[in-house]
Amino acid sequence: MSTPITIALAGNPNAGKTTLFNTLTGARQHVGNYPGVTVEKKAGAYTFASGEEATIIDLPGTYSLTAYSVEEVVARDYLVQEKPDVVVNITDASNLERNLYLSTQFLELGVPMIIALNMIDVAQDRGISLDAQRLSALLKVPVVPIIARSGKGTAELMAAALELAQKNAPWDPLYISYGEDVDLALQTMAQRITTAGFMTDSYAPRWLALKYLEGDSQIREKGRRADPVVDGELQEIVTKVGEHLLKTMETYPEAIIADHRYGYIKSVLRQEVITHKFDIDRLHASDRIDKVLTNRFMGPLIMLAVLLGLYKFTFTYSQLPVAWFAVFFDWLSGNLNTLLPDGHLKSMLISGVIHGMGGVLGFVPLIMFMFFGIAILEDSGYLARVAFMMDRVFRIFGLHGSSVMAYIVSGGIAGGCAVPGVMAARTLRSPRERLATLLTVSFMNCGAKLPVLALLTATFFSRSQAQLMFLLTLLAWLVALTAAKILRLTVLRGESTPFVMELPPYRFPTFRGLLIHTWERTWQYIKKAGTTILTISILIWAMMTFPGLPQSEEENFARQRQEVAASSAQTTDDQQLKEQLAAIDTAQAGSTLRHSLAGRIGTAMETVSWLPGFDWRTNIALVGGFAAKEVIVTTLGTAYSLGETDPESNATLSETLAKDPHWNPVVALALIVFVMFYAPCFVTVVCISKESGSWKWGLFSICFNTAFAFLLATLVYQGGRLLGLAG
Amino acid sequence: MPTVPLRKMQKDQSGTITAVKVGGELGRRIRDMGIVPGTRITIMGRAPLFDPVAIRIMGGTLTLRNSEADYIEVEVA
Ligand SMILES: Nc1nc2c(ncn2[C@@H]2O[C@H](COP(=O)(O)OP(=O)(O)O)[C@@H](O)[C@H]2O)c(=O)[nH]1
Ligand SMILES: [Mg+2]
Repeated sequence: MSTPITIALAGNPNAGKTTLFNTLTGARQHVGNYPGVTVEKKAGAYTFASGEEATIIDLPGTYSLTAYSVEEVVARDYLVQEKPDVVVNITDASNLERNLYLSTQFLELGVPMIIALNMIDVAQDRGISLDAQRLSALLKVPVVPIIARSGKGTAELMAAALELAQKNAPWDPLYISYGEDVDLALQTMAQRITTAGFMTDSYAPRWLALKYLEGDSQIREKGRRADPVVDGELQEIVTKVGEHLLKTMETYPEAIIADHRYGYIKSVLRQEVITHKFDIDRLHASDRIDKVLTNRFMGPLIMLAVLLGLYKFTFTYSQLPVAWFAVFFDWLSGNLNTLLPDGHLKSMLISGVIHGMGGVLGFVPLIMFMFFGIAILEDSGYLARVAFMMDRVFRIFGLHGSSVMAYIVSGGIAGGCAVPGVMAARTLRSPRERLATLLTVSFMNCGAKLPVLALLTATFFSRSQAQLMFLLTLLAWLVALTAAKILRLTVLRGESTPFVMELPPYRFPTFRGLLIHTWERTWQYIKKAGTTILTISILIWAMMTFPGLPQSEEENFARQRQEVAASSAQTTDDQQLKEQLAAIDTAQAGSTLRHSLAGRIGTAMETVSWLPGFDWRTNIALVGGFAAKEVIVTTLGTAYSLGETDPESNATLSETLAKDPHWNPVVALALIVFVMFYAPCFVTVVCISKESGSWKWGLFSICFNTAFAFLLATLVYQGGRLLGLAG
Repeated sequence: MPTVPLRKMQKDQSGTITAVKVGGELGRRIRDMGIVPGTRITIMGRAPLFDPVAIRIMGGTLTLRNSEADYIEVEVA
């Protein structure tokens, strides 16, 4: 075979799909996106022992195939439209009954399928034994026990998959009986669908009818667009059955369907497929851990400690590599400085490219450590407990316990990034809770804001820096949650969504899984930042360099230099001459910058920015910060370093600010507050727009946040001045 | 045997689900996760603020809010 066969891995969340995917594909994987949505699409390559090639797809985890969340829609559309050669349904053998609910739906769809009984090691520990052959005979699909984590059984699994793919059998849907009423309705509907040829090129008639009865919103939407007449007729039948069931049995079609599916599963499992050595409700090790970790009193304390621990871990351990990066970039710009002749090229390379790259890469260690920490919490199952414990609190603000993840990833534990945070909000089903989360996660202290906060706190509050940074994290939470509540009471009014969620058993994450997880996210950051920030950084350099000073001004500075040189002929103090010349250079660089495009914008903005106490240099930096928050420090640095005459000077930005008479703790605090809450960076705005499906929300976040930040910063600055703290 | 709403059940109490009286999205979600009549459940505990509740069902643990538990009736045994 020349074209590789496609094998899709599908199953419940936490069943071990990604673990199996990593075991099978190793480093040969590629992360992309499904068209139109931002759900990750992971594809990898696998080579069979016989030399055949396969493409493996890691589908998003789902509990059902009825369109409920974006993940479910994506998984279903993939199966129906792309028609993979084989679906490997990964099930958690220690929790088989619930997992088979999805398997049943795959069978009803008719895809060529293999069931992988994963985690048989866990099942064994729990005294559960499974008869794979029997299960296979009853379901009429191959069943292979595996341990995805160690790779045990995966060779057999893949051999079975290859065999099935080569059979190339047509799809063979399973028909489950749903009782008289529903079966009759299904039959009538299927007939109507067949005669009308209603979407039959994509879906099997009975399956389509089933989805109508289950009230599947996506299918109905498609149906309405395909043929409103047939859609209306089908809908009529659905309504009639629904009313009949409600009258006679006080139940709903979807309830009957679910009950019968579970009935089918029970009837299969009862035939000596599964035997429990212990009571099924027996407490497992995981439950004993939960007795402590979600305990009413200990739970929240431990959670606080864990979150603080993650915070410390991220900051402390990334310090050294961050310093290495800084040394490296200093060395690089030092070398370039001596090698290249003065001029625009050198200035662009040092001020634009190297500062820009330094801004991006300097963060990588921080981000890696943070994602590593989050991956541990995620993979171990602890993050679900955090959502469980936090839900009551988050509900107050019109959010969902799962919002916590989006906030944490965005920087709820300082150092995240709003871009993956916005994406993490995808697990939220309700458009309103999701939007409220999407629009407020950018208030968190993302990794890109940290250097600004770190610089300012280190310069003006050096004695209490750690405490202040912690307070700022709390402030971010307070503001984000309050803003969410305001949104949910105004523009996003409405009911809350089902919370029902799984608390997966605690598991030791695999090191390899953690590394892949961490690397993927870090790489996404580098890609995003590398391209945007480099471009922006060069753009900003150009804005700060052009147009140069007019001829007359240039001559003016040249004349001053000559005068100084002439007068120095009388004195013999070499040192004094140097200082005088340096002062002229600084003045010239300063007026060049002020004369530049950026300087003009910054100066123009001073008409309002005096309120929160920002001068034109800060304004330039803040404009740059809209492109990406990392740029704020870089731009401030550039704004000041361009004013420096001696490039060898070691005066860091921090020292420069400390010496500058314009700066004081109140200005610094006002700027901190402004940077924390003003418009999210451009990339985040793009993500918000994409995730919410409208640029309106992206634009909303720019205006809403900036207005809010301006108000707060003005309060801080003017308040501080009134109290006489701006000395 | 008495039938009570899930919300009223105490920690460590067990029973068999007799009815799930909700349709629509919530109803579907609840059933997708295995909460269907005839299934045994045990209350594992409640979150620090007494809500949501964690239940053991089909060998796994699920959580749901008290407001959602109201739709689920259980015959305690
Ligand atoms: N003991 C054991 N743990 C496993 C096995 N397969 C996966 N896991 C663990 O189960 C958890 C969830 O796995 P993951 O692959 O992320 O599940 P996914 O949500 O389906 O992608 C991780 O902590 C894995 O390390 C297995 O065969 N045995
Ligand atoms: Mg996964």
